[in-house]
Amino acid sequence: MQILEVKGVNKSFGGLKALNEVNLSVEQGDVHAIIGPNGAGKSTLLNCFVGRLTPDTGSVSFMGKNLIGIKPHEINQAGVSRVFQTPEIFGDLSILDNVIIPALATQDGSFRFNAWSGVLRRTEVQDKAESILEDLGLADKRHTIASSLSRGDKRRLELAMCLVQDPKLVLLDEPTAGMSRADTNNTIDLLKSIGERGITKIVIEHDMHVVFSLAHKVSVLAQGTVIVEGKPEDIKGDPRVQEAYLGGVHI
Amino acid sequence: MLGLNKKDTTLLFIVVFMTLFAPFILNPFPVGSQLAQFNAGYPDLMQRFVIFGIFAIGFNILFGLTGYLSFGHAAFLGVGSYAGVWMMKLLSMNVIPAILMSMVVAGLFSVLVGYICLRRSGIYFSILTLAFAQMSFSLAYSVLTPITNGETGLQLGLNDPRILGVSQVEGSIPPANLFGIAMRDSYELTLGGWAFTFNAGYYLCAVVMIVAFYAAIRIFRSPFGLMLKAVKSNQQRMNYTGLNSKPYTFAAFVISGVYAGLAGGLMVAMDPLAGAERMQWTASGEVVLMTILGGAGTLFGPVLGAGFIKYFENIFSKINENVLHQWFAALPDSIENVLIAVVYPFIGKGWHLTLGIMFMLVVIFLPGGIMEGIQRLVNLFKRRRTTDDERAGGSSALANNAKAAE
Amino acid sequence: MDAILLQILNGLDKGSAYALIALGLTLIFGTLGVVNFAHGALFMLGAFCAVTLNNILSLSFTTIDPDRTDFLGNPLKVETPYVESWFGPEIGMAIIQWSVPLSILFAIPVMVMVGLIMERGLIKHFYRRPHADQILVTFGLAIVLQEIIKYFFGANPIPTPAPPAFAGSFDFGASLGLEPGQIIYPYWRLVYFSFAAVIIAAVFCFLRYTTFGMVVRAGMADRETVGFLGININKRFTIMFAIAAIVAGLAGVMYAPINSPNYHMGMDFLVLSFVVVVVGGMGSLAGAVLAGFLLGILESFASMAQVVALLPGINQIIIYLVAIIVLLTRPRGLMGRKGVMED
Repeated sequence: MQILEVKGVNKSFGGLKALNEVNLSVEQGDVHAIIGPNGAGKSTLLNCFVGRLTPDTGSVSFMGKNLIGIKPHEINQAGVSRVFQTPEIFGDLSILDNVIIPALATQDGSFRFNAWSGVLRRTEVQDKAESILEDLGLADKRHTIASSLSRGDKRRLELAMCLVQDPKLVLLDEPTAGMSRADTNNTIDLLKSIGERGITKIVIEHDMHVVFSLAHKVSVLAQGTVIVEGKPEDIKGDPRVQEAYLGGVHI
Repeated sequence: MLGLNKKDTTLLFIVVFMTLFAPFILNPFPVGSQLAQFNAGYPDLMQRFVIFGIFAIGFNILFGLTGYLSFGHAAFLGVGSYAGVWMMKLLSMNVIPAILMSMVVAGLFSVLVGYICLRRSGIYFSILTLAFAQMSFSLAYSVLTPITNGETGLQLGLNDPRILGVSQVEGSIPPANLFGIAMRDSYELTLGGWAFTFNAGYYLCAVVMIVAFYAAIRIFRSPFGLMLKAVKSNQQRMNYTGLNSKPYTFAAFVISGVYAGLAGGLMVAMDPLAGAERMQWTASGEVVLMTILGGAGTLFGPVLGAGFIKYFENIFSKINENVLHQWFAALPDSIENVLIAVVYPFIGKGWHLTLGIMFMLVVIFLPGGIMEGIQRLVNLFKRRRTTDDERAGGSSALANNAKAAE
Repeated sequence: MDAILLQILNGLDKGSAYALIALGLTLIFGTLGVVNFAHGALFMLGAFCAVTLNNILSLSFTTIDPDRTDFLGNPLKVETPYVESWFGPEIGMAIIQWSVPLSILFAIPVMVMVGLIMERGLIKHFYRRPHADQILVTFGLAIVLQEIIKYFFGANPIPTPAPPAFAGSFDFGASLGLEPGQIIYPYWRLVYFSFAAVIIAAVFCFLRYTTFGMVVRAGMADRETVGFLGININKRFTIMFAIAAIVAGLAGVMYAPINSPNYHMGMDFLVLSFVVVVVGGMGSLAGAVLAGFLLGILESFASMAQVVALLPGINQIIIYLVAIIVLLTRPRGLMGRKGVMED
């Protein structure tokens, strides 16, 4: 079953055509990687999914629901969660609070005036947050202020913030950018382990090692268009992909 | 207890204790002594402590939690005051309808102002609120004179209808009261050299402040309060987390507006008049200062800041050259004169200078206010103790650290 | 037609003051990224430079004139200003009367000093702090500055007259060929407007035609990149702050004859100037100047008797009202660049 369907998306910035007739379909349960050289339009495309940018033309539908023109929080409420390229967390709150906030968002919706009940009394939310932190190995640090975490832990926290919402689709924007090889491998393991939860993932990645360890399907974006789409093994040998990268990354 | 955890319950009890026993706590010096001038236990000043405490608690819900810096909150206090006086003019001298009306009118006004100002954030928001407050201030002085009585200020009159009460009693305006208890009634207690005053009005304000403080604790600890902290921390992340930050901020704005209205209503209940100067932006600046000085975003900080500023305002304004001469009388004349020349600009009418300097020092060196200062001292003390323990044996130090982390 | 012209002229002097203060605010905000709530205080300090110089020049010594007696029959005490005894009565008198324009020379070094001390001593440490902190600390500074002035000069406005050559009014309408007696305009306001125009032109030329100005403009557009170029941007920021201080100070000096300086004039103008900056567009110099004059003139129109009769109180709130409408409909202001603090 298709969970995300992108049809004929165009986006221009001034004279620059960032996305040109992009078509994409993501199968439920898949890890779908989007790769491509710098400036290919990967992040622009992702921004079109979460409401940060509005495409000029085209449609994006998620489980039959149109995502274009609706607000970021509505998209999230529909079940799409996003991990940013540079970790976006609530820096001056504790790690536990960082996870409780998205958990409450899933439970209570985008706004609820519950100013009289204590957060601590919401045991179902507390338990859920605790168990996610446990899963991601952050439980020991639950009272640490988030901004004091290492970069790797911040990413981990952001992932926890996504997973606690039980999203149907997670968008990961270069989850291993700037990481050491060891950290990258840890992240791959982490992503694999959450794969068991049956969450569909779209991954934007530069690191081919990550892509080929995780992805079920790969779309190659170059100059705003999808040039090749297929299984990782097929992509590897495709001359068009090699040409797109033009010696940038050896595949 | 009361739906609070142990730490918050303790805090609440400290506040209850301090407000209820304020007439004792604030009057530590015997009446006849030199130090009696530092006493603060008279009704007028104590009322100001708690009323501005309420104002600051409310402001803190907006600024401390969401980080939206409003420079126009005095407008809500002012509007609330006018509404309160009108209730006393039209309905009755009972303070309850006056206070309720103050809250309702200030709340409605903050709905209007908040709806417009919250379309923007950051300094635009600050400037918009400032513009609204200045606009209200100007209007109160000019066009709205029929409602506000312009520069004279709105006062009670002998011919006011007061449909549920009486216009006048034996040729004078009846006192503001709570079901018959006059706000200005006081009970004097003399113990040895000490004199304590228990004022009905003060106790009304004190009870209201305790309730207001309790409500603030509930808000701080609620999911709603957590969302407000999220607004301050990272609004964009919040939106991508499926939360609509706008209604949260708006609700915080209106709540703080209602708190300001409550403070305005209590002012009227204590002293039934209202003037436009209460809405001036310097008045808004004052509540900002109270909140920051005490510690924005902390529960107790704003109350502390309000008390601190109102107390020193009172003391500093009272000190004049003669008092200074008395203080430094023991010193040789030349030193005395130099000292007085140095101190003089900061006292009496120079209080605002001191306030401005204090404001700068706090923002520069202690952005977290007094509460952060206390926290630092506590940490310093703890660390010292920890190092002592380390010398005694490493294991207990670890235990201590673990405790600190909790 | 005459009425419209008259209102435009009436709006020019206040508009000039708004424009000059807003220009300085924008320079500081654009280059240093700091929201300076103490900028109005700089304007006020300028006005008090004029007062101070006037006081200094009027310093007198007392002599006893044995030939004349006062009404009690005692020998008459004559106060003679030092300048009169040094330069002769006529030149001395002229110097005193021209104290306000002379104050420009006096105010420049004073404002440079104040500006440098402020930037190096305080503002510098707030470049990386949140805007709220900047607002708060400069707000505190503004209170301090105004209280210091109040301590030395008292709370009452101090009349500071313009030179006699520019005192009084003239028939501006007649000199434009309109019906005489319709547009009577004080000379000094015209002087003020011209002065403001010269200052604004000077600042724009400076930014446009000097290397220094080019770097500053580049810094306003993209601070980080300029930093990468190896240019010591901090030093230039300090100088920029001093320039903004001079502009505000001179605006204050020349405003002294229009409105007798008092200690809170800075705050009064600051709130409005901020509104002007917002309307003009945060970060746009041309926008600040344009909006300054526009709002000054608009305020003057709103004060017309016919308008006030129709909409009572509109003159008091017109500027705020315009600001609110502009912010809600066009958040970046009249000429603001896209993306500068738009949210």
